[in-house]
Amino acid sequence: MKKKISYIMMAAMMAASFAACKKDNYTPPQSKLSGRLTYKGEEVNVEVNQVPFQLFQFGFGKVGAISSTFEQDGKFSALLFDGDYKLTVPANQGPFVWKKAASGAQDSISVKMAGNQELDIEVTPYYMIRNAAFEAKENKVTGTFNLEKVITDANAKNIERANLYINKTQFVSAGDYNVASVQLSGDQIKTMTGISMTVGVPAISPAQNYVFARIGLKIAGVEDMIFSPVQKITL
Amino acid sequence: MKKILQFTMLLVLAGAGGCNDDKFLNKEPLSDLTIDEVFSSSPQVFSILANLYNRQVDIATVKTWMTMADFSESFVSDNGSDQVNILRRTSWNYDSWNSWDYTYIRDINLFLERAEKATVLSETDKTRFLAEARFLRANYYFELVKRMGGVPLILNTMVYDYSGNPSNLQFPRAKEHEVYDFVISEMEAIKGQLPTDVNQKGRATKAAALAMQSRAALYAASIAKYGVNTPQVSLPGHEVGIAASMAPGYYAKALSAAKEIIAGSAGNYSLYIKKPNDLQENFASIFYDKGNNPESIWIEDFQLKTTKVHGFTVSNQPRFGAEEEEGGRINPSLNLVQAFEKTDNTFAPIRVKDASGNPVYFDKQIDAFAGRDARLGGTVILPGSAFKARPVDIWAGYQLPNGSILSGDDRGSQRPMPDGTTAQVVGFDGPIVGKEHTAQTGFYIRKYLDPAIGSGSRGTQSELPFIRYRYAEVLLNAAEAAFETGNASEAAGYMNQVRTRAGLTTPLKASDITFDRIVHERRVELAFEGHLLYDMKRWRLAHQVWDGERLTEAELLSNIGKADKKSTQPYSLLPYKVYNPGQPNHNKWIYKVALSNLVTGSNRFRLGNYYSFINDDIRSRNPKVVRQPNQD
Repeated sequence: MKKKISYIMMAAMMAASFAACKKDNYTPPQSKLSGRLTYKGEEVNVEVNQVPFQLFQFGFGKVGAISSTFEQDGKFSALLFDGDYKLTVPANQGPFVWKKAASGAQDSISVKMAGNQELDIEVTPYYMIRNAAFEAKENKVTGTFNLEKVITDANAKNIERANLYINKTQFVSAGDYNVASVQLSGDQIKTMTGISMTVGVPAISPAQNYVFARIGLKIAGVEDMIFSPVQKITL
Repeated sequence: MKKILQFTMLLVLAGAGGCNDDKFLNKEPLSDLTIDEVFSSSPQVFSILANLYNRQVDIATVKTWMTMADFSESFVSDNGSDQVNILRRTSWNYDSWNSWDYTYIRDINLFLERAEKATVLSETDKTRFLAEARFLRANYYFELVKRMGGVPLILNTMVYDYSGNPSNLQFPRAKEHEVYDFVISEMEAIKGQLPTDVNQKGRATKAAALAMQSRAALYAASIAKYGVNTPQVSLPGHEVGIAASMAPGYYAKALSAAKEIIAGSAGNYSLYIKKPNDLQENFASIFYDKGNNPESIWIEDFQLKTTKVHGFTVSNQPRFGAEEEEGGRINPSLNLVQAFEKTDNTFAPIRVKDASGNPVYFDKQIDAFAGRDARLGGTVILPGSAFKARPVDIWAGYQLPNGSILSGDDRGSQRPMPDGTTAQVVGFDGPIVGKEHTAQTGFYIRKYLDPAIGSGSRGTQSELPFIRYRYAEVLLNAAEAAFETGNASEAAGYMNQVRTRAGLTTPLKASDITFDRIVHERRVELAFEGHLLYDMKRWRLAHQVWDGERLTEAELLSNIGKADKKSTQPYSLLPYKVYNPGQPNHNKWIYKVALSNLVTGSNRFRLGNYYSFINDDIRSRNPKVVRQPNQD
């Protein structure tokens, strides 16, 4: 009987606490800002969780930004309150050049939120990986791709290395997100077209007959890599 | 009855009224000393100073073995989640290694101000105490600038006036070079006020001041010189980053401070060489020989039978036959072991395969490591060597003739052999994957292990000192500074002294001295002493050495001795006993290079890791503190 009373009291208190939630909460932000990183309309692929963007809302007197990161296919989204915002990418982030203001600070894009909004962000990457094609044969994955040097003026950068990554899930990049990778250093890349790399597929447990692959390019002096789109390959 | 009570009360009240209020209510506390009382006698002032000494911060220390275990130089033989995380994580957090203890700085400033005013102290005591406090303050600012870059330089105590506006207490970050300049100039100012005594290790001496000056100037110089390789790692206000033009001045300062010690003006320091017939033991002795050790300059001392002891030996002793049911935590990696060069001054991987890819058979386990730098055996407990005169039992199993491995899953497991008998199939020290306390890389650490009886038991522990500055580092500072200022032959002279002590008797010529050599020498001489991270940061090599890509076996075994050689995952070298009765190789030893399957991460040092994150609460309390670069 004693136990029963305590259960009833617990249930009553839980009910009371849920009921209390409704009163003092704001309505959540409901306007969705979404879009992607593009270069001439093409998606710029980056490493997941590594390339940040920041949103600043006007009129609140606080200096902090709403920070988040781009997804690996360059998409981004944020749920915001209606109002005026500025969007920027912090200095030295991303495998691309972000416009700078005359003072040398990072330029920003004004965003006026009133309901949902789509916004593609046009950037100039140092390089683009073109025509990446993957082929699976004898438990090996071969990736072939071309490179296009986009920035050729004084800001041009050299290639540090290129990697072919494969993973068992659709997140594919360095660190945790690959089961195998192979690397070509900058001086091994002699031509910009028809570059090819082959990586062996290790045993995957539990077994699966497909992997996800993409090519990453590390640019000398730039921390974040640029990638080709992820492709699912059936072995 | 009631009347009597009233009358008594009246009497009591009358008595209270008669008291002298001032005297009655203002009593000196009996349990606390006032500031004036404390600063009235030298031993009491010294006890405050001892507290300040005790609060120094080190990036790696014998007090916490985990502080030495990172950076792929070792594997952690510990299944605790924090420890295993070292093997699993793919990058360091931005707040790794941060420090911001302005309470400590305030306490030192208070001490300086109060000791300055004290009238009873003898002039000799007062001068020394003040110099020591300034030494400690500069050392902590040095520690801060290494981790955080420029920080607010607070040299006086500050008092809040309760006006509601704290802005007069908020100071912006100083420029990075200003903090280094502060450390260098403080040491210049106090070195003459500190004693010149080679046997004074626990307290600041002239040599300690010069050693700190030399190291600080060298750090500032290399940040100035190599900072150009990472232009993103800088702030417009120079809170992070030092102008390249300042490098030569700092290198000259580093060299002249080191030379002052080498010339003997701060005491008769020299390299420890009391056991010339066993250079490996000699090298290990630097860290456990407390009597008349001419090499150590400034140490954190410990003493048995007090509360100031440490359990480094308890945590890291070879597990088999240990004085406690634990040990073996830090397992040096093959990455580090193979970096010790051969006695002919060349680099080579441990010879486990011959030219045609067949295994190399060794009669004794230790033979695989023969003919190498004596510091290898002095830093690492190798298979086939001993600790406290007890041989370690490190072997991973039997190699059977059919190519398969016979091994066990517990320390010293017994299994049926192919001939039907039952025998031990794995060492009592492992290596067994996932079995904590065993030598999972095939190696244990020897540096800082105490050979004294009882050092490995929890009730006794160890009194080995932690060496913060030693003479060999001063020589290497001098070598680097001389090399960077274009004087390679002078650099060779300093380096060869350190190398001869390690059994590398063929001297390096001036033309042999390269940047790679400088980087290599510091890595092997100063392994597990808290230098690696700061060195890799100041040379701006950290993001290349720990680039987050997996380390393949081919990459591991090539380019040994190169400064920017990748080292993102700790590899193992597993010894196997050959089982092939009747054949010449029976009971011989082979080795296999392996990567433990517990190592799932690969170290990635991001550009934002060069200077540790300044916590948001610090910046919201003082908006003048700017953020570190590359941490968004």
